Amino acid sequence: MAKLSLKNVGKTYAGGTLAVSGVNIDIADGEFIVLVGPSGCGKSTLLRMVAGLETITDGEIHIGERLVNQLDPAERDIAMVFQNYALYPHMTVRDNMAYGLKNRGASKSVIAERVAEASRMLELGPYLDRKPRALSGGQRQRVAMGRAIVRQPAAFLFDEPLSNLDAKLRVSMRMEIRKLQKRLGTTSLYVTHDQLEAMTLADRLVVLNEGRIEQIGAPLEIYRRPASTFVASFIGAPAMSLLDAHIDAGAITLEGHTLARVGNSAGPVTLGLRAEDLHIAARGVPMAVEHVEELGAQRIVHGTIGAQTLAVIDAGDQQVQDTVQVSIDPARLHLFDTTTGRRIENRLHTAVHEPAL
Amino acid sequence: MQRIKPFDHLILILGALFLIAPVVMAIMSSTQNAIDIHTNGLYITPGSNAVATYGKVLTHKGGFTGDVTGLRMLMNSMIMGIGFAVGKIVLSMMAAYALVYFRFRFATLLFWMIFTTLLLPLEVRIMPSYQVMSTLGLLNSYTGLIVPLLASATGTFFFRQFFRSVPDEMLEAARIDGAGPFKFFIDILVPLSRTMMAAIFIIMFIYGWNQYLWPLLMTTDESFYTLMRGIKSILQVWIGSQIPDYNEAFALAVLAMVPPVAVVVIFQRMFIKGLTESDK
Amino acid sequence: MTDTTIRPVAADRALLSRLRAWYSAETPNPAKRVQFNRPFTPWLFLLPQLAVVVIFFYWPSVQAVTSSFYIEDPFGFGATFVGMENYTDAVSSSQYAGTAFFTAFFCVVVTALSLGIGLLLAVKADKVIRGAATYKTLLISVYAIAPPVAGLIGMMFFDMHIGPLTDIAAFFGHDLRVGIDYWDTVFAVTIISVWKQIPYNFIFFLSGLQSVPVSVREAALIDAKSGWRRFMDVTLPLLAPTAFFLLVINITYAMFDTFPIFDVVVKDKPANNPITLVYKVYLDGFKGNDIGGSSAQSVILMVVVAALTVLQFRFLERRVHYG
Repeated sequence: MAKLSLKNVGKTYAGGTLAVSGVNIDIADGEFIVLVGPSGCGKSTLLRMVAGLETITDGEIHIGERLVNQLDPAERDIAMVFQNYALYPHMTVRDNMAYGLKNRGASKSVIAERVAEASRMLELGPYLDRKPRALSGGQRQRVAMGRAIVRQPAAFLFDEPLSNLDAKLRVSMRMEIRKLQKRLGTTSLYVTHDQLEAMTLADRLVVLNEGRIEQIGAPLEIYRRPASTFVASFIGAPAMSLLDAHIDAGAITLEGHTLARVGNSAGPVTLGLRAEDLHIAARGVPMAVEHVEELGAQRIVHGTIGAQTLAVIDAGDQQVQDTVQVSIDPARLHLFDTTTGRRIENRLHTAVHEPAL
Repeated sequence: MQRIKPFDHLILILGALFLIAPVVMAIMSSTQNAIDIHTNGLYITPGSNAVATYGKVLTHKGGFTGDVTGLRMLMNSMIMGIGFAVGKIVLSMMAAYALVYFRFRFATLLFWMIFTTLLLPLEVRIMPSYQVMSTLGLLNSYTGLIVPLLASATGTFFFRQFFRSVPDEMLEAARIDGAGPFKFFIDILVPLSRTMMAAIFIIMFIYGWNQYLWPLLMTTDESFYTLMRGIKSILQVWIGSQIPDYNEAFALAVLAMVPPVAVVVIFQRMFIKGLTESDK
Repeated sequence: MTDTTIRPVAADRALLSRLRAWYSAETPNPAKRVQFNRPFTPWLFLLPQLAVVVIFFYWPSVQAVTSSFYIEDPFGFGATFVGMENYTDAVSSSQYAGTAFFTAFFCVVVTALSLGIGLLLAVKADKVIRGAATYKTLLISVYAIAPPVAGLIGMMFFDMHIGPLTDIAAFFGHDLRVGIDYWDTVFAVTIISVWKQIPYNFIFFLSGLQSVPVSVREAALIDAKSGWRRFMDVTLPLLAPTAFFLLVINITYAMFDTFPIFDVVVKDKPANNPITLVYKVYLDGFKGNDIGGSSAQSVILMVVVAALTVLQFRFLERRVHYG
């Protein structure tokens, strides 16, 4: 275990394409950091640069105290769990796990001990003598993790390890991974495009967009105070509704309805509203309902205020009318600059519409 | 990402040189005249005798054996190549179609009958094959040159594998659309197989063009000689000659090489695909 | 009267439908989920290929076996049955033994060299990025050169008067006399045969290397620092099926497809030159008119080839389930 630090890391490909730029992250020993973002945002490239599978064109990466830019992957003391497991098809589970240790000159007894412990932790005992092709996806994924665990490296690198599993397995494996990491205390860097996975696993999240960091922070902080419209709409499901609103003379208005008194300067503003922060109430802003998604425990009501669409989560039992009143908590208004998309602090004074129950 | 050392490139360069140098020298030497070659050895640089040499090789009768020009041999090689490729594709596609898309008792038996041909290459049955051809009166004929070579399972095997990988839905949709076996084959299956056909055509063309042993046995009439046969003739004529016509020999070799090599280079991707998928 | 006429008809119909069902019964592993159910159409499609196979494969093959048990009368008046005499004569002749040994030796050397060099070039070509396409094209293009052409060019290179290789050998103090000295000729024929076969192995090895999943290779990069270790532990085992397939192909090539190269050297007059078994079949049969003996030798070769091919397919079958 060790800390991981990335200073001004960037990657430009031979043809001129900029994949990653200006990445600065300091990861403490034992932290679980998740790199999250849409396809093509550079998160995998970044991970692979830490692993040594991609060259680093700008900046420095330190694992522990060592500068690793010029080191081969095998010299960096990292272990990687791949999206499609990357198990050696011709070796048994046992040999797959032992291989990395064997090459590093570990004694037979150390290898046997570590393999036994890892297979106990991951419940791989019955499969030790099987070949990968005789295992299911979930089992293969556990072997891939076993292979990483026995190495006791300075850091674990996970490259979308759960993407190839079915939904139910994904949820249970997610918890397994988190519990395992907590138990072992190994610094971990985890890449995913699934924001839910990111939220549940991370000590801190790094949200990436087009090769740049949009925001770093604990999941709850990112959820509550997204630094930009990108982060706001990426984290949280259903996605935050982003609407065009206006600030006039100390009040935020949406389609003519005043929502709150604020001290921000006048002008157009992008308003962010999370579906879970809105309620269908007796009094509020009228919304024309377009369609309702029944989830069982609650439902998502999609509709329009004026010409703009938004979503509201409603846990009630009553029939949803064609027009509903939406109550908006002024404390939960997110404001963003219309041009840059960056967060503007909401200088709230008072609410105009009282939130209903 | 692995560190690439200059040593890796060195090996590749040496390998490429080892393979290409003889070819280059053959081409260059074919443009020189025989006396220079005899005195100086093989050439790396082109000479000025190209037109004369090739002209003689292509048009001069009796340049080697008395009756046939290089041009005629070129044509015969072309007929072998194209004829064999077309024959192979037609026969094996039809046979594979029957084995894959029809339900009948003897399918397995017939498949094994065809499959067995892979066990014995032509070289182990040259004597009796010759006698059969002689009995059928097919010596010294294009039919005799091409048809017996078609008695092998390679194409059928390949297309059978390919047809098996075509989605079942194709046939089901076609039957709903009212297509019978002939229409399905011609309207749907054949167009679907176009790339495969092209890949196989290339490989079979090269195989047919490069045939040596079979034409050697089958043809005594020089007007049927292929370029490959011509090469043997040149060398036989040299026994006891003054200064062998090296340049002409090389010219003949170049003529024999260029079309297959050109095909491989131009259609490289298709050719590799066909080779690696068919020879499995 | 009516009774007896009805029963046979019903029985006929039952028999007919049983026959039809039997005829179009599904084979244990039907190639397709849905198939056509026409009785005669498949035969139409199969007939051309089948006809060719029967006339030009089975007929000659059977005849090869049968004529190996006869000695033909030199005046063409028939043949005498001699049982295994042709076989015993062939095998016991020292000429045959010598040729057989040479063929085996030749196969081993050519196979080892062309597989080894092909693999080496494929590994390097797989590794480099810049210039990869050019190397590939250059290395593959020689594939299409026919053995006789390779033989011709090769012999020129080894020619005593004009061959550059003769000059190089002289420089090192050796008088290279290909076509006259036995071992010099062996050397020349081997080099030419290897030269011709390298591209084929290169193509297959490269294709095999490129089918190793990228992520497995990357996992190996993390697990093993030494390139040699990675090659031996991960790449080579995964290449094993390809290598075995190529092994059989190369042996077959060395035994049979090198015929034109030997023909270029020997020109129907073996003298002191090395020849392979198949060339001997040709010499004895077509030049020596010993049909029986030649046939016996053919049958022996048939057995060898059949064994090799069966081996190859058995292993291939296992490999299909391996991946």
